[in-house]
Amino acid sequence: MKFSAEKLNKVKEIIARYPEGKQKSALIPVLHLAQEENGGWLSTEAMDHVAELLSILPIEVYEVATFYTMFNLKPVGKFVFEVCRTGPCMLNGSDNIIEYIKEKLSIREGETTPDGMFTLKPAECLGACGYAPMMQLGKHYREHLTKEKVDAIIDECRRNAANNN
Amino acid sequence: MKLLLEHAHVEGIRYYDTYRKHGGYRSVEKAFKMTPDEIVEEVKKSGLRGRGGAGFPTGMKWSFLAKPEGVPRHLVCNADESEPGTFKDRYLMEFLPHLLIEGLIVSSFALGSHATYIYIRGEYAWIVDILEQAIAEAKNNGWLGKNILNSGFDCEIYVQRGGGAYICGEETALIESLEGKRGNPRIKPPFPAIQGVWMRPTVVNNVETLAAIVPIINNGGEEYAKIGVGRSTGTKLLSVCGNVKKPGIYEIDMTQSVEEFIFSDEYCGGIANGKRLKACIPGGSSVPILPANLLLKTAKGETRYMNYESLSDGGFATGSMMGSGGFIVMDEEQCVVRHTMTLARFYNHESCGQCSPCREGTGWMYKILKNIEYGKGKLSDIDLLWDIQRKIEGNTICPLGDAAAWPVAAAIRHFRDEFEWHVNNPDEAQNRNFGLAHYADPIHIPAGA
Ligand SMILES: Cc1cc2nc3c(=O)[nH]c(=O)nc-3n(C[C@H](O)[C@H](O)[C@H](O)COP(=O)(O)O)c2cc1C
Ligand code: SF4
Ligand code: FES
Repeated sequence: MKFSAEKLNKVKEIIARYPEGKQKSALIPVLHLAQEENGGWLSTEAMDHVAELLSILPIEVYEVATFYTMFNLKPVGKFVFEVCRTGPCMLNGSDNIIEYIKEKLSIREGETTPDGMFTLKPAECLGACGYAPMMQLGKHYREHLTKEKVDAIIDECRRNAANNN
Repeated sequence: MKLLLEHAHVEGIRYYDTYRKHGGYRSVEKAFKMTPDEIVEEVKKSGLRGRGGAGFPTGMKWSFLAKPEGVPRHLVCNADESEPGTFKDRYLMEFLPHLLIEGLIVSSFALGSHATYIYIRGEYAWIVDILEQAIAEAKNNGWLGKNILNSGFDCEIYVQRGGGAYICGEETALIESLEGKRGNPRIKPPFPAIQGVWMRPTVVNNVETLAAIVPIINNGGEEYAKIGVGRSTGTKLLSVCGNVKKPGIYEIDMTQSVEEFIFSDEYCGGIANGKRLKACIPGGSSVPILPANLLLKTAKGETRYMNYESLSDGGFATGSMMGSGGFIVMDEEQCVVRHTMTLARFYNHESCGQCSPCREGTGWMYKILKNIEYGKGKLSDIDLLWDIQRKIEGNTICPLGDAAAWPVAAAIRHFRDEFEWHVNNPDEAQNRNFGLAHYADPIHIPAGA
């Protein structure tokens, strides 16, 4: 993986936010960019590239990438359903939503559908407790989930994937 | 009484022109006519207490900031907001981004921070865009950058996205994360006020705390202090979730009783689906759960109010805490064991792993709770749980250990027979999602509820 010229500019802009010599501070934001660029996950190659860009050791990048839950160290589906299952969401039926998705897509938590389309990633509180049950899908939240809404989201994802091909 | 959310419903308030038209950025104009020390004095007078959970007086915190010659200082806004039940900062940033930016400019001036960072939880990705747009608008209109309003003061605000880790809300873990490291809390001292980010003096404050600086400067600290009761001054944002009719964000002046807050139409509107109130965690997942009777009235039989002092009346034996303002309400059909199990899983997942009591203890608590919830527990497990939580509390580097121990302790303290019921009815415990309905508010159902 290599960053596009546009993304490289973004990396430079991020590094400039910190004092001289503190470019390591850019690590987490730059890892987010790398993950976007690399199809939703961080390969060793991608992490090594980030280390080079920030002039730090690869191990410093691995240490961080393994600590934070948003970084995927294995390939994931095109669409990752991160469904919150913490207490407040549970009070509003998140267990049922998770069961429904498992059934509908025939996968278990943490798995990806064989066509590489969907991954179900259980999540802990995402700060949407009053709008439960909810999931994160890409950059946005889907809230007040029902079975019907889950159906619609799955259809929407399939349509988007078909349009992009 | 609305100070922060006064204009929240104005169409377009997210954008600069509308925000400015509604009196936005006046506090910056006023602040530049004051000295930084005078601003700190106003904040002290206001009695404002940190809205991130600990409730530490903000003015006092600011006055501790070290100011060695030639060393830059930084203000860091804590927008990590990951405590289950808490989603108020999100609301402020999503709908009133300029209010936060305005508060940050005034606070940066008071503290002498020329580079101020907003550390936001990584999942709030779309809010990063909203904030960056607001920052760009503020800068284009001369409120950020070099020599702001000819004051001679320079300031930039940057948004830093986290990577998904509750522990990064703890201020020293946040600082480590801002430096591009794992979110392992530091041992204190040194405190951030002396050595924070890049070993420079640093103040870390919550989003809501920094937004509250705007009305404090606009109206004066004394006026702000007149709102509220006793040492609970000003207004507080509450994020309400669980089984109420109207979950969401409410701004209160802390004079309401808990009963009014839950049952009146002005606030939560009562319990959803015609059910009864069973229990509530009033200040985010880390604070003790209270059964309905102790929630509405203190152990002494007095009305309980929605403020720092009243919510903690009775200590941990019969009270709870204001915490982060995450108000989690449970109806009569909810299971305290299952809820506590999800919280134990959360803390186990979020422990950074540095201290063994927290790393191992949270894992054991989750495992035991899971066994009990799924009908595989023994009665002695309940005592074992109690023992483990006691051994975590107070024996760790950062307060996450306590935050993990308290919910378990309070659940056992107030709902022990619900745990016993799970052990004694293993088949039902596995099949049903709720515990003992007889815990539903037996004493006090307000008229019309
Ligand atoms: C485990 C843990 C998580 C925390 N999470 C947050 C958080 O998400 N947001 C926050 O403002 N404070 C959080 N805090 C409190 C911060 O450490 C710090 O006290 C706070 O940001 C100070 O700001 P304030 O004085 O304005 O409240 C957390 C503390 C702990 C121990
Ligand atoms: S108490 Fe837990 S989260 Fe805090 S430093 Fe220790 S192991 Fe890490
Ligand atoms: S508990 Fe699910 S978003 Fe908070």
